[in-house]
Amino acid sequence: MKPIYITEVALRDGSHVVGHQFTFEQVRKVTQGLSKARVPYIEVTHGDGLGGSSLQYGFSKEYDIELVKEAAEVAGDSVVTVLLIPGIGTIEDLKLAYDAGARAVRIATHVTEADVSKQHIETAKNLGMEVFGFLMMAHSAPPETVLQQALLMESYGADGVYVTDSAGAMLPSDVRNRIRLLRENLQVEVGFHAHNNLSLAVANTLVAIEEGATRIDGSICCLGAGAGNTQTEVLVAVLQRMGIETGIDLYQMLDLADYVRNEILPQPQDITSGSLVMGYAGVYSSFLRHANLAAEKVGIDARDILVELGKLNVVGGQEDTIIEVAQKLAKDKVGDKR
Amino acid sequence: MEKIKVGIIGSGNIGTDLMMKIQRSPYLEMSVLIGIDPQSEGLKLAQEAGVETISTGIEGFLENPERAKILFDATSAKAHQHHVNVVKGLGIRIVDLTPAAIGPFVAPTVNLTEHLEKEVVNMITCGGQATIPIVHAINSVQPVDYAEIIATIASKSAGPGTRANIDEFTQTTARAIEQVGGAKIGKAIIILNPAEPPLLMRDTIMCLLKEDGDTEAISAAVRDMVSKVNDFVPGYRLKIDPLIEGKKVTVFLEVEGLGDYLPIYAGNLDIMTAAALKVAEEIAKSMLERAEVQ
Repeated sequence: MKPIYITEVALRDGSHVVGHQFTFEQVRKVTQGLSKARVPYIEVTHGDGLGGSSLQYGFSKEYDIELVKEAAEVAGDSVVTVLLIPGIGTIEDLKLAYDAGARAVRIATHVTEADVSKQHIETAKNLGMEVFGFLMMAHSAPPETVLQQALLMESYGADGVYVTDSAGAMLPSDVRNRIRLLRENLQVEVGFHAHNNLSLAVANTLVAIEEGATRIDGSICCLGAGAGNTQTEVLVAVLQRMGIETGIDLYQMLDLADYVRNEILPQPQDITSGSLVMGYAGVYSSFLRHANLAAEKVGIDARDILVELGKLNVVGGQEDTIIEVAQKLAKDKVGDKR
Repeated sequence: MEKIKVGIIGSGNIGTDLMMKIQRSPYLEMSVLIGIDPQSEGLKLAQEAGVETISTGIEGFLENPERAKILFDATSAKAHQHHVNVVKGLGIRIVDLTPAAIGPFVAPTVNLTEHLEKEVVNMITCGGQATIPIVHAINSVQPVDYAEIIATIASKSAGPGTRANIDEFTQTTARAIEQVGGAKIGKAIIILNPAEPPLLMRDTIMCLLKEDGDTEAISAAVRDMVSKVNDFVPGYRLKIDPLIEGKKVTVFLEVEGLGDYLPIYAGNLDIMTAAALKVAEEIAKSMLERAEVQ
């Protein structure tokens, strides 16, 4: 069996949970702990990727290029990786991340829009970085479309392509169909990124590995958007029991998890009704926090916003729609009372 | 009434849509459509409409450059540089719809009068045309420290040029938010949405002001600007009332296209061609006025 490479995303996907307020100290301590546990890849970026610091997604407490630099200094043998969503981040940002020490990058697009990633993938290759395509909201397109888009990324030079379940909406059979088709048709590696909105993250990840995925994302303490991602320390333990080697030290991960739980997690990452509804309705996981804030502001139920967003077929990045939908729903509610 | 002869370089989506709009203009005469592929749909449509076509690019046009006094460039940033070089000295004005940004950025409702005499003017981007007038309107009431725009367009309305050069959109738009919109710092985000049926172009403008916003004055300025843009882009409208919360102002717009060449969801295409048409008409009017004086 080919080795499984884990990418720890808590310092990127988890950025959503803390409203992009990671401090230098948190990034340093988590990176040190992950490096000590021999996690091969550590992703550090604003939750919405390079250039994500904005009114739309939330301003970062610290410029993420500086956080990359901080992480790279203490990463040891681990590779610091970044996320870039074309349309938000630019090649200029990518070069800055490289200069700060990032040596791998995931270029993320909506599952049907892979062709916007060409320039970015090529630039990353020219810089000598490892580069992976990241097809977001992969539940929303049929397996054949996911394959066709993955082939585009492969043709641009990607070293692998991830099936990304941004909404935590995939059932195990959805994962199986997509990973299998990609594994059969791609020359490069296949990866999987889960969200735990339906409590299926670990199960879906195992299905992905069974079907040949070798690049797997996890987040310590589930620190990620929505209900979080595949809990890294749990996955490591399960894989160990199954005899699948990740090279990661379980006890070190558990020690680090205690730190993250005590010092970073604002509240336990359980499956709230909001995150469950996202998985159920197929809504991009990072909308949860924004929907909760917007709902509170205008006095409506966040679940109504999420269901409405599902109906509107919004894609990742359309956080502005949340405010608009909240305003409209609030107005309708006032209208009803009259 | 006398009309000014114009040509379009580029027979893709933008060039073809623009041609259809020019044919209705009281000031412009659609003289020639210049492409490089004789099989292109745009050139065929032009022939059917009785418009002269050239399929050998700008070189073909240069054999007889009297065919146009104003040229629209609807090709690519790279090709645009070449076009500017080869028409230099011929007295032809260029309205550039590529992201090349060689000429000054122009938004018709904001700064056109400053640039009426320039040899080349640049139309920024679709997202820029939709949002910069609003940033300018807000900035004219109270200083804008930071302005960010999010343009969401239907996947089907994003052509191969936009897709291959998406950074040009974000970077050019951000720069123009500062230079034309007047914000101290500008940022732009573009999102492609593949929903079926395709969604109308939507644009959100978020500004941070120096001081708390004056709700009435800002709302009035935004509405006034929307109606000005609306004069030449009929499908340009507010989705909900502007939101003013402390120093933060958020404006939600949508742009429905006229459906000339691409369907109505392609408001992004429509606002670009409609704005370019408006610019050329103003240039033409000033040319005609000058001719009368002489």
